[in-house]
Amino acid sequence: MKKSKIKSSTIRQVLHYVRNYKLLLFLSILFATITVALTLYIPIIVGQAIDLLANGQGNIDLDKVLFLLGNIAIIAVIIALLQWIMNNINNKITYNVVRDVRNDAFEKIERLPLKYIDSHSHGEIVSKVIADVDQFADGLLMGFTQLFTGVVTILGTIVFLILINFKIALVVVLLTPLSLFIANFIAKKTYSMFHKQSSVRAEQTAIIDEMVGNLKVVKAFSHEDEAIEKFDIVNEKLQKCSVKAIFFSSLVNPTTRFVNALVYASVALVGAFTVIGSGEVALTIGALSSVLSYATQYAKPFNEISGVVSELQNALACAERTFALINEEAEVAEPSDAIALSNVEGRVTLDDVSFSYNENQRLIENLCLDISKGQRIAIVGPTGCGKTTLINLLMRFYDVKGGSISVDGNDIRKITRASLRESYGMVLQETWIRNASIRDNIAIGKPDATDEEIIEASKRSHAHSFVKRLPNGYDTIVSEDSSLLSQGQKQLLCIARIMLCLPPMLILDEATSSIDTRTEIKIQDAFAQMMKGRTSFIVAHRLSTIREADLILVMNAGKIIEQGTHDELLAKGGFYHSLYNSQFEGQEEN
Amino acid sequence: MFKLLKHMKGYTKECIISPTFKLLEACFELFVPLVVARIVDIGIANADKGYVTRQCLILVALAVVGLCCTLLAQYYAAKAAVGFSTKVKHSLFSHIQSLSYTEIDTLGTPTLITRMTSDMNQVQSGVNLTLRLFMRSPFIVFGAMIMAFTIDTKSALVFAVAIPVLALVVFGIMWATIPLYKRVQSKLDRVLGITRENLTGARVIRAFANEENEEQDFKVATRELNLAQKFVGKISAIMNPATYAIVNIAIAVLIWNGAIRVDSGSLTQGQVIALYNYMSQILVELIKLANLIVTITKAVACGNRVQGVFEIKPSIDSGKICAGNGEGAVEFKSASLRYANASENSLDKVNFSAKRGETIGIIGGTGSGKTSLVNLIPRFYDVCEGEVLVDGINVKDYSSEALLEKIGIVPQRAVLFAGSIRDNMRWGNENATDDEIIEAISLAQAKDVLDGKEGGLDFVIEQGGRNLSGGQRQRFTIARALVKKPEILIFDDSSSALDFATDARLRASLKSLDYNPTVFIVSQRTASIAGADKIIVLDDGEVVGIGTHNELLNTCVVYSEIYSSQFKKEGV
Repeated sequence: MKKSKIKSSTIRQVLHYVRNYKLLLFLSILFATITVALTLYIPIIVGQAIDLLANGQGNIDLDKVLFLLGNIAIIAVIIALLQWIMNNINNKITYNVVRDVRNDAFEKIERLPLKYIDSHSHGEIVSKVIADVDQFADGLLMGFTQLFTGVVTILGTIVFLILINFKIALVVVLLTPLSLFIANFIAKKTYSMFHKQSSVRAEQTAIIDEMVGNLKVVKAFSHEDEAIEKFDIVNEKLQKCSVKAIFFSSLVNPTTRFVNALVYASVALVGAFTVIGSGEVALTIGALSSVLSYATQYAKPFNEISGVVSELQNALACAERTFALINEEAEVAEPSDAIALSNVEGRVTLDDVSFSYNENQRLIENLCLDISKGQRIAIVGPTGCGKTTLINLLMRFYDVKGGSISVDGNDIRKITRASLRESYGMVLQETWIRNASIRDNIAIGKPDATDEEIIEASKRSHAHSFVKRLPNGYDTIVSEDSSLLSQGQKQLLCIARIMLCLPPMLILDEATSSIDTRTEIKIQDAFAQMMKGRTSFIVAHRLSTIREADLILVMNAGKIIEQGTHDELLAKGGFYHSLYNSQFEGQEEN
Repeated sequence: MFKLLKHMKGYTKECIISPTFKLLEACFELFVPLVVARIVDIGIANADKGYVTRQCLILVALAVVGLCCTLLAQYYAAKAAVGFSTKVKHSLFSHIQSLSYTEIDTLGTPTLITRMTSDMNQVQSGVNLTLRLFMRSPFIVFGAMIMAFTIDTKSALVFAVAIPVLALVVFGIMWATIPLYKRVQSKLDRVLGITRENLTGARVIRAFANEENEEQDFKVATRELNLAQKFVGKISAIMNPATYAIVNIAIAVLIWNGAIRVDSGSLTQGQVIALYNYMSQILVELIKLANLIVTITKAVACGNRVQGVFEIKPSIDSGKICAGNGEGAVEFKSASLRYANASENSLDKVNFSAKRGETIGIIGGTGSGKTSLVNLIPRFYDVCEGEVLVDGINVKDYSSEALLEKIGIVPQRAVLFAGSIRDNMRWGNENATDDEIIEAISLAQAKDVLDGKEGGLDFVIEQGGRNLSGGQRQRFTIARALVKKPEILIFDDSSSALDFATDARLRASLKSLDYNPTVFIVSQRTASIAGADKIIVLDDGEVVGIGTHNELLNTCVVYSEIYSSQFKKEGV
């Protein structure tokens, strides 16, 4: 219908989702047609009954009236049944489509390059999956329940009208376009308003996400008032857009109703004249009553369709935003002959690797490294020197801009992502605990692990002793903001995850930063055992953790400025040397 | 839900005007069947074309006046509904901001976010439609009945029976579906939760190649949502067909009764048509009402969820004292803490005191209660036993702003907000000058980061500080606390992302602060706290040692163990 600003591709994509429910759609249309035809037939019977009343006092064929009225009751019940079934079908189509859209959106989230996730507000993405899809569902449901029946009713009404009286039908048909024209005009005007409302709303969601999501920090700084002030600015902006969008879209209904009232008056006029002129031959009073009843019923679908149109505008604007997410480019596809790594030895080669997050800021350039099986690589350097970037490349969260990285001689771009990533056990400084039981949190990499295995892994990561003290032990539901766990305990759970999987290579990015040193020593022992024969990359600030590394990479400002063993680097007296000495300073203060 | 309506205040005018004009329009609509009856009984019967024309012009006039009324009604309805939801959102946001840590822990943030966004949208459209239609539809229904009575009392009895039956169906379904819509919404919460989780945990999920499991979980959640939606849909889908059937059966009875009355000469054909038209009008209105009720039930369900948030009162009420003596002294008197729903105390009878300018180190194993201890000073949680004093006054007696005014906190999780670096720094002190900000940034060892950013203080930090590294974020959060120049500074293990060299320089710079704050440092590293005036050693929620580094080495087993573990490892 309204092509004004909605891309036809959006509509095509909606149709693509609906296409899966072809049979249901067909049934829905079939039932709608039957219901509409029967609905339109009732006024005719009523008209016939009323005509029987024209004979006046004492001369009415009551038996015939009763027969006609009995028919009305039966048909009404049939219509009601069909309508109910049809409504259920429509619900089914809509909610299934919504489910499919959400599933696709989620599937895309799982496959988006991390670059997208790192660079977009999470609140905004969430709003695309939740709020936008909800609005889309509302519009779609209205579309199904009202749009089609509306159109059929209009067509059916015209057909019945022509059958009753051609002149009256002509009046209706001539005045119809006016109604459509107005609806169309208003819809065009409102689309951009809805679009604006939608984007301001996303802005508001982002603020809510930020200020409510980090409420603890907001409160710690007594920053509630400022947060509220910031929220209010957007809230008021949204108020302005919303009043406009809602008011203008609500014009559709009354204006079309007005047009319909005009149609009604015209039908009454022409009808009455016809009755008078024809001497009740061409048109009976009963038929006039049927025709007038049509004129009212005819008003309804127009009201609805125009209501639906504005709702659909909004729905499509929302769908467009969700589809934009679904259509976002996924991570580079794996080649069809991608290798699934197995029995990984752990030889990692970086050949002339270059990388940067954005064009104008070069980060890693021409980096060459040759790491043989079982080596322990420590990456050190001041805060923010790009250590994490290297991990992003090894895990293939980001792709290199130049050169290549290979594992066991295979370019990682020719390896399936799953097998590459599963070959590494990664523990990051920033913990991530999902809203689930402790058991499920630990078993994330190995969902079919037995309880014994899970307990064993958590013993080795020294998580067992605190887990068993939790209210429900391993079944305790925890989440990232839960105060049940301290930061260090969360980190222990993250370590338990990889202790359970025992992958052939390890990446430890400040894995023990929040854990107390007594526990850490014990974990280090477990790590040390684990690292035997496993290639490991360790980012740490505690130089002692790193001293035993086979190779130390010293990074600064995104570049590897020194590499070698601890003794070599100390002897060199360079950057590492001063970094190491600064730790002495720290200790000497005692 | 109805408690929310107090936010309508200020929109009373709109709330009266909108339905009033809707009612006016409805009145005009109710005249239509009477006019038609006259066309049939007088115009057609007398073949009076002039009369018919005049009556049709009256129909047009009714339509024009009706249109004007509705336009006014729609405008005021939109204004009131949006104004209402804007006010509720404001209050809700303020209310959420007033909740204390305990409530945040128990509720969780995702549900608060849904309630503020999608629930509020539903409430808004519910209010809008209510104002526009909820008055109008029942009015037409009852108006039609009254008009029927003016035509013929006996026939009108059909209306008197049909309308209660219809009301029963409509409200029965409404009553049955409200709890079901609530269920749908809670399923939606789950879908939202998983989505958020997968965004924050994208790296971990991918590292474990767990995408397919996540998709399975998500599909289960959307499937449950889908089933709940279809179930409630099935019930609410009864409404339209049932009302339709009832109205048509009523029409049949009406005409049957009319036929008998015409046969006996007490009713005209035109009057039967008018009665029939009134019944049809009722049907049209009921269908609108039914659709409206679906929206309204949803809105009420959502409104209740919103109201639910309002009902959660912050467990901490602020005291009245606005200032202490500025001594910055902190004292714990057998203070214990137990989290909501926890079975054991997380801190047990902690006693210590700190004087202004002292540095207090807090060390202990993971989960030993270090963070819990410092969280008691700014009264993020209330003690369940004992008391916490700041400047000799119980923290419960301070107004929360006055208390927090004295305290600068660097939380464990380095959180920054969307906005320029300057904006973020001003969280500490909104009147801070650029010079003061830069000074704090230098003290926090983040000057080099600042210099490296385009635009300096104007550099825009994205939501969640995505465009900064973890260490950079941490140093800025330290600077943010320093901008405040507080009497009490709390570092909650906040140098963990800093390398030793930076950490050491940071500690040195803290010593040089001219406003001489009382400093609490929570740390895992003995090196970070060894220089403290007093070190509190915690083990499993209990204080196992208080003293200086040297004293503790001799007297506290736990401390000397921690120390030797690091001393040996870090190879001095």
